[in-house]
Amino acid sequence: MKTLNKALVIAWKDILSETRTKEIISSVLVFSILVIVIFNFAFSGSQQTMISLAPGILWVTFAFAGVLSLNRAFIQEKDDDCLEGLMMCPVGRETIYLGKMLGSLFFMLFVEAIVLPVFALLFNVNVISLPLIAITVLTTLGFVTIGTLFSALAVNTKAREMVLPILFFPIVAPIIISAVSASGMALGGESWGSISSWLGVIAAFDVIFLVVSYFVFSFVIEE
Amino acid sequence: MKAAANGLAIEVKNLTKFFDNHPALDGIDLTVEPGKTLAIFGPNGAGKTTLIKILASIMKPSAGEVFINGFDIKHNAEDVRSQIGVVSHQTFLYSNLTAYENLLFYSRMYDVADFKQRIYQVVSMVGMQLRMHDRISTLSRGMQQRLSIARCLIHKPSIILLDEPETGLDQQAISMLWGALKEDGVKKRTIVFTSHSLERGLNACDKLIILNKGKIAHLQPSKGLDLAGLEKAYGICTGAGNENAE
Repeated sequence: MKTLNKALVIAWKDILSETRTKEIISSVLVFSILVIVIFNFAFSGSQQTMISLAPGILWVTFAFAGVLSLNRAFIQEKDDDCLEGLMMCPVGRETIYLGKMLGSLFFMLFVEAIVLPVFALLFNVNVISLPLIAITVLTTLGFVTIGTLFSALAVNTKAREMVLPILFFPIVAPIIISAVSASGMALGGESWGSISSWLGVIAAFDVIFLVVSYFVFSFVIEE
Repeated sequence: MKAAANGLAIEVKNLTKFFDNHPALDGIDLTVEPGKTLAIFGPNGAGKTTLIKILASIMKPSAGEVFINGFDIKHNAEDVRSQIGVVSHQTFLYSNLTAYENLLFYSRMYDVADFKQRIYQVVSMVGMQLRMHDRISTLSRGMQQRLSIARCLIHKPSIILLDEPETGLDQQAISMLWGALKEDGVKKRTIVFTSHSLERGLNACDKLIILNKGKIAHLQPSKGLDLAGLEKAYGICTGAGNENAE
């Protein structure tokens, strides 16, 4: 309980800081909407064609927007020379991981909550469905759990903006592929039963990523 | 794992730290009694900052043991951190947050009871009441360093580590720094600090060491030692004469 409380304090600090600069939210939001608009101009066709293309477009957008957001997760700590200050606090390294992860999760879900209605409007698909919301939340969780770890790894490298996607995308590919498949089914109106097997795969990756990242983070953050 | 109750605030045994194959610290043995002040002198690259970082438990030693108030930093890092405050030339303050929000964040991280009162107390100590709701990015370097002192004191640490804390501070602020450290109502506060100023360091400490190339080249109580004697010892230990010190 103490770990979660301290993690929430770290996440609160990140969110408060973001409300001042809006660096992450604004850049990720503009990027996401721009990508969706470009795809909307690039592809046209029947409703069935759009439903088959939509999941790929949606998750390409979220994946690249997510990397943009995760890149910033530790950069502010680094820029303000605050990472050592955080490491001097009487909390375990895993608490710092959890706090940064919760902050990033909030940012991504916030952006997705705005992008999804825009996406629905442009592609004329129904995104306000429980299965699609469950897929989005679970996939974002998995994406952020492993992404926070790689963000901490990349922040100490010179070409950190390039290092993160190179390291991150091969690892996160299974979860994105599962999300694309599951989202296709959800947009096609298939039942919970057929979607749940993909949701199970995504949830399993979430658990694996969370457990591994939670325990590996201390080795990554310390020199 | 807690060490034998030997009453020492800091106990360092055969501490060694390597960066790649280069020894930054090489077999350091050191003790500091509660309430005493230790000054660490040495040229750039002597290992002063590395020693402070290991004592603060943000860097792991390659070999050796470190005990803070009896707690082993390897196995009781969180207990150690709760008893330590650090001021360095980095302020560890978030530039987008206000002074109050920064102190609120750290007081929550350190589980400070009655944190609102404590924040006002430490801000008053460093004379920053009028700027406490201003963003850190709008404050001068000296003001940021004052708030860094407030941040360090927020949880009433019994041990304070200062790594060249006077960087960016004017004479008035330097006096305020030492005043705040000693007038915070904590009995037997132990202070370890690094400095390039032999004169100021000598005046503030009970014991001093001179580090050179990762080793303790000189260890002596300050009582009975004058500045000329210290400058001579510094010159002999570092082979640099007095020009490296202010």
